[in-house]
Amino acid sequence: METVVAVLVGVLMASSVYLMLRRNLVRFVLGLALISHTANLLIFSSGGLHGTFPPLVPPGELVPGDGAANALPQALILTAIVISFSVFAFLLVLAFRTYQRLETADPDSMRSAEPVIAAGRIDGSASGGRQ
Amino acid sequence: MNTLILRETTRVLFTLILVFSVATLLRGHDAPGGGFVGGLIASTAFSLYIFVADPKDVRRLVRADPLKTAAAGLALAILSGLIGPILGGRPFLSGEWVEIGAVELGTPLLFDFGVYLVVVGAVLTFALEIKEPGAAPAADSEE
Amino acid sequence: MSWLLASAIVLPLASGVVGLSLRPRRAVQQCVSLLAAIGHLGIAIALLVKVWREGILVAQVGEWPAPFGITLVADHLSSAMVLITAVLGMATIVYALCDIDENALVKDFHPPLQALIGAVCGAFLTGDIFNLYVWYEVMLIASLALLISGGRKAQLDGAVRYAALSLVATTMLLSGIGLLYGMTGTLNMADLHLRVQQVENQGLLSVVAILFVFAFGIKAAVFPLFFWLPASYHTPKVAVSAIFAGLLTKVGVYSMIRVFTLIFTHDVGYTHGILLWTAGLTMVTGVLGAASHNELRRILSFHIISQIGYMVLGLALFTPLALVGAVFYILHHIIVKANLFFVAGATERLSGSSDLKTLGGVYREQPLLAALFFVPAFSLAGFPPLSGFWAKLLVIKASLASQQYWIAAVALGVGLLTLYSMTKIWVNGFWKARPASAEEPPPLTRPNRLLLLSPIICLAAITLAIGLWPGPLYDLAERAGHELMDPSKYVEAVLGPSQTASIDAGTGVAK
Repeated sequence: METVVAVLVGVLMASSVYLMLRRNLVRFVLGLALISHTANLLIFSSGGLHGTFPPLVPPGELVPGDGAANALPQALILTAIVISFSVFAFLLVLAFRTYQRLETADPDSMRSAEPVIAAGRIDGSASGGRQ
Repeated sequence: MNTLILRETTRVLFTLILVFSVATLLRGHDAPGGGFVGGLIASTAFSLYIFVADPKDVRRLVRADPLKTAAAGLALAILSGLIGPILGGRPFLSGEWVEIGAVELGTPLLFDFGVYLVVVGAVLTFALEIKEPGAAPAADSEE
Repeated sequence: MSWLLASAIVLPLASGVVGLSLRPRRAVQQCVSLLAAIGHLGIAIALLVKVWREGILVAQVGEWPAPFGITLVADHLSSAMVLITAVLGMATIVYALCDIDENALVKDFHPPLQALIGAVCGAFLTGDIFNLYVWYEVMLIASLALLISGGRKAQLDGAVRYAALSLVATTMLLSGIGLLYGMTGTLNMADLHLRVQQVENQGLLSVVAILFVFAFGIKAAVFPLFFWLPASYHTPKVAVSAIFAGLLTKVGVYSMIRVFTLIFTHDVGYTHGILLWTAGLTMVTGVLGAASHNELRRILSFHIISQIGYMVLGLALFTPLALVGAVFYILHHIIVKANLFFVAGATERLSGSSDLKTLGGVYREQPLLAALFFVPAFSLAGFPPLSGFWAKLLVIKASLASQQYWIAAVALGVGLLTLYSMTKIWVNGFWKARPASAEEPPPLTRPNRLLLLSPIICLAAITLAIGLWPGPLYDLAERAGHELMDPSKYVEAVLGPSQTASIDAGTGVAK
């Protein structure tokens, strides 16, 4: 089981790196979403894949019975999902606005913050906004 | 996107999903569920509504400013953590419980409700931001 | 007295929430922010005094005992960092009273700024490695909100780059934490210190350590992971740039110091060797980048990178003296760097340009401002008797003491190049006559001028004070450095003496 998950983590990681290396902001954002899920899967498998039932405490008991799944990685993943969800939402809006304002989704042709070096001379702009 | 089928289904689903989200929120302490999941379910209802309706109508329906809703939720969550230190002199985020009849009410529920509001507020902010064309009149004075 | 620890995090966050609910009211917004900053400063001073007198302070959030719950720990390093954060927060808010006065921007500035300050303090005070990740993400969202407020093209462009690399960093951090948890079964840093010694596969531990180097390295902007920094730091408002320059990368360095003194000390030759190379290359590339630019804030952005190199060098040498140097360097650098950005902003505001080609005559027109630039600039270059001299002296002395002569030479050479770069700004911006083509900016009113200059004067005074009386700060850095080299006190404070003994007896890895 661990082997299968390990291979899956590898494949997912490779796919997300591939997506992030595309010259397209949307693919990049999707790649980031995928890579955060890959990390979650990694945590999940590192907590051990031996549990057979959910770690819920039965009525009248103080601890879950033997063989319950490890609850902590799940709590970590839940936190990570919450965070990556909000960051992803923010990033989507950011990418969308950037596309609207800069009229391109190709990171290579976004040169507003760092103007192109022309003829060995750097055209630094005063507050970064001038073109 | 705005088809007849989606519009009519949304009409039915909207309330249903909201009720379901509140149920998920309330059962959260002892069973699967809670503020975050409840909030996400509620925001799917609002997202559906944003799909079929004009952003202005959505704002009119919600009334409260989404960002302020999120802020109120955060305030509630922080408050729930402060009740323990103030009432019992215990550390931040300690749980305090009151029993009313058979129902136990505690600060974790308050925290969950805060999270619920934060999620709904945040998702609405982002969704409306994307749907409203050119909402931010960004000023590049120098260009 | 655990409330002291929690309130250093909760107060800024709460004031951010209050500010968010009062969105459109500008004066209220500024008042809330200012009051919170004053309160935060008080808490931070109380915290440092308490730690200085009584040693490491620990609080268990929600009464969950360590290592099961989240622990907040304040040792000398963290409480000093919290104090310096509070000082810088205060300075930024005062500066912003004049710098960010448009109604539309004020409401987008103060709430995320307070959230950022809260998150940074959270990162400094947490004793739980997963909680550290959470603070990193809060910090990221707050800083992104600050970065794009105003929505100019360059800001969006910079924000995309900043967000992209930062998110890769936090994902790596998360993966590293996951793997570390898989090996040790704990997330509490003090507990990790004990458990990593029992891990059988020490090679795998080194792999995870490198993941952490990458994650914190991106955050700290070390070579070759720094590209997001010069792409984004010059784009937002000056107040935002200044607090970013002062704090954000230093959180990365702080986390690196924490993790590589407390957890990953199993193979110092390998991990810290990599850090040593990184430090050298970071110093050199940063200063070369700075030398090739002409715009004030872009030059200063590259200097951040080169200075980060010195701090990482202190960690990489891993001797008591070197760590003292690193701590001293961070504390001095935060003040100096933020102040330089404030000066750059004030210069732009008062003389109309931030480009060395069109700037000039500042020395004649604004002698006070020129004097105020002189202090942090030459402190950055390591000119005696300013604070940077002592910081550089400590780091270089430590590298000579551990017989790393080449890195000492690099550090000295980079110091010279920094001096060159600062002289370039001085000569081109302040000394030479104003170019005929340059236009006069609209003059500022007296109160606004005062608001703009008072934080600069205060920070410059701190720099001078450290330079002339380095004793107290050195004592603080020395205590912090020794605490870092010998983590047993930290572990004992968090877990309690009995716990330490039982784990030493070999209870093994708990699942």
